[in-house]
Amino acid sequence: MPIEILMPALSPTMEEGTLSKWLKNEGDKVTSGDVIAEIETDKATMEVEAVDEGVIGKLLIAAGTEGVKVNAVIAILLQDGESASDVAAPKAAAPAAEPAKSETPAPAAAAPVAAQPKADIPSDPDIPAGTEMVSTTVREALRDAMAEEMRRDPDVFVMGEEVAEYQGAYKITQGLLQEFGPRRVVDTPITEHGFAGVGVGAAMAGLKPIVEFMTFNFAMQAIDQIINSAAKTLYMSGGQMGAPIVFRGPNGAAARVGAQHSQDYATWYSQIPGLKVVMPYTAADAKGLLKAAIRDPNPVVFLENEILYGQSFDVPKMDDFVLPIGKARIHRKGEDVTIVSFGIGMTYAIKAIAELEKEGIDVELIDLRTLRPMDLPTVIESVKKTGRLVTVEEGYPQNSIGTEIATRVMQQAFDYLDAPVLTIAGKDVPMPYAANLEKLALPNVGEVVQAVKTVCYK
Amino acid sequence: MAPRKSASVSSRKTAAKPAKKEFTGSNIAEFDRDQDMKAYREMLLIRRFEEKAGQLYGMGFIGGFCHLYIGQEAVVVGMQMAQKEGDQVITAYRDHGHMLATGMEARGVMAELTGRRNGYSHGKGGSMHMFSKEKHFYGGHGIVGAQVSLGTGLAFANAYRGNDSVSVAYFGDGAANQGQVYESFNMAALWKLPIVYIIENNRYAMGTSTARATAQSNYSLRGSGFGIPGMQVDGMDVRAVKAAADEALEHCRSGKGPIILEMLTYRYRGHSMSDPAKYRSKDEVQKMRSEHDPIEQVKARLIEKGWATEDDLKAVDKDVRDIVADSADFAQSDPEPDVSELYTDILL
Repeated sequence: MPIEILMPALSPTMEEGTLSKWLKNEGDKVTSGDVIAEIETDKATMEVEAVDEGVIGKLLIAAGTEGVKVNAVIAILLQDGESASDVAAPKAAAPAAEPAKSETPAPAAAAPVAAQPKADIPSDPDIPAGTEMVSTTVREALRDAMAEEMRRDPDVFVMGEEVAEYQGAYKITQGLLQEFGPRRVVDTPITEHGFAGVGVGAAMAGLKPIVEFMTFNFAMQAIDQIINSAAKTLYMSGGQMGAPIVFRGPNGAAARVGAQHSQDYATWYSQIPGLKVVMPYTAADAKGLLKAAIRDPNPVVFLENEILYGQSFDVPKMDDFVLPIGKARIHRKGEDVTIVSFGIGMTYAIKAIAELEKEGIDVELIDLRTLRPMDLPTVIESVKKTGRLVTVEEGYPQNSIGTEIATRVMQQAFDYLDAPVLTIAGKDVPMPYAANLEKLALPNVGEVVQAVKTVCYK
Repeated sequence: MAPRKSASVSSRKTAAKPAKKEFTGSNIAEFDRDQDMKAYREMLLIRRFEEKAGQLYGMGFIGGFCHLYIGQEAVVVGMQMAQKEGDQVITAYRDHGHMLATGMEARGVMAELTGRRNGYSHGKGGSMHMFSKEKHFYGGHGIVGAQVSLGTGLAFANAYRGNDSVSVAYFGDGAANQGQVYESFNMAALWKLPIVYIIENNRYAMGTSTARATAQSNYSLRGSGFGIPGMQVDGMDVRAVKAAADEALEHCRSGKGPIILEMLTYRYRGHSMSDPAKYRSKDEVQKMRSEHDPIEQVKARLIEKGWATEDDLKAVDKDVRDIVADSADFAQSDPEPDVSELYTDILL
């Protein structure tokens, strides 16, 4: 059967073009790859190559014709034994192939889009009565979590700058080299972009890397690998392969290290589908959630805080203490107002609550623990009870975790609100070095106290 | 194409040990009839597949970006002929040829190009993002250079597990200027990771010629600062590619660490479908096509040696055309993914 040669689209947006020149005449023999015509679009002149072999039977559009629609028949190619007289006049209005565009379903309004499925996240495990509680620093809890998971699974290894011989820039990996050796505790060069990619590649091959960033400030060099490679591969591969990897390290402001070493990335990573984002406050949460993160088959960004590393909390002495990712924890029950915070933001909230208690304001404090998936139901439930909400975090104020929560609460619990949601965040400035200015750039307890009083109209 | 005067390894010149192996990149593998027929068929499959993909793009069945591999077929086919089961392959977005060479089905690849449900990624990846765990093909990556670090990670996993698989990471002369490539070179050399870095030098990074983009245009020397040996290979001759691949894979499998193969090759088409390729002359393209075409070289050899007749080769051509036509039919008739797929495969 004669083959119809169609006016091609040469860019994603092209709808018509000018057939500027024929390079073959009727009767010419063509083979695959031969340039048969030139087409002009609004952007460029492009060559049209033959895909099939044959003899040009008819040129249907004259050279120089403007406004030739994509997919219009422009020529007829004859196969062996066919002659030009076999060619029936092409049906003018019906292109041989329907453009794919017309096959796409009608816009969203007509085609119901499946609702985002809700993940069923279990609650925290019961801690048996009589379980010994051990005062542990966040630093030790993180180390213990990694060591326990490395004992449990030989595919788990840790890599990063100074994680092995130096025992960790912040001593989080202390002792791991001695127990697991250099094969599983891998010192890297100062190469964030490169070793993040190496980690993701190893994870795609089925290993379970823990990639330590000396701080998340340096992970900006590697953020392409975290987002474009780790977070998106499962989706782009149709579920064939993903990256079971943990990116962890200190995040946010430490003390007096200035603008380039003092940024909170909570909101950056929390926006990315395909990632889980954890930001614990207590040592118990740090341990239970890091163990969960290492076991999780998805990429997890685990945001720690240098100032919290040395703080001690009770950690239950259990063989295998694992906490669910995606579940907030009610740190303190209360009736009058809800504060939602996470990570080091909790320290401001806790101090503020002590002051507010004296004034008779009973605060419910929620520690989000996980920023993605975010446990909004727990927040909504609390707001329905208290009718008032304040959020507290150290990150920049625009597009913060607090503004996200405020939006969702406004959408899902509007009728329950007795006051506008107030969001306490860091100031909208790069972190200054001077001690007095640094203090001003961060949130403070007074601001939290004032915000709570404001939403309580006190 | 005439390879530039075959470069020897720069590390060799400075190396203390005189016994170090020399890589010239100028060896030519002796192919028997079966190998030449196989190379012919595999390269032709890629060529015809890509021509069809170009056509379907023109008809609006394939959207977005579509980067064709036409002209470079000998590189991936020669490499694949030397690899063993278990060796991993990773590349950037000019990836259809690599997928077909690893044995992925034409139907699944073409249906992914048209964004249909039986595409390798169920229509959610597209031309630039396709994977096959079964065939050890790790993508299909849209960010220039990212696959080099990822491929190094695949090699890290091989070393970690102590198996003898080798990671084969492809990238172009454009990607060769990305920073993470050198971060990866350093780690791969430091840890002696089993990886073959293939620089497919097709002379143009999109529209920028190598002469305008690089201070050192001999890419096989790009690892010399890390002691990584390299060789320039005539990437238009599948036998030269195979010979270099044999050497390189043996180097990696024997625990000597990474190696670089600079494949001197050429793409006939534009960078993507919407590139008019005004940065080079028609004569340049035509000269490559008529004098160095990788498929024509094999064809001429098969005929000359009396290993195949024109009719034999026509039969192969028909076979290949049938596979491609079938894949195109399939890719146009296969339904789009179910709307429920929007929210699947985000997290496990």
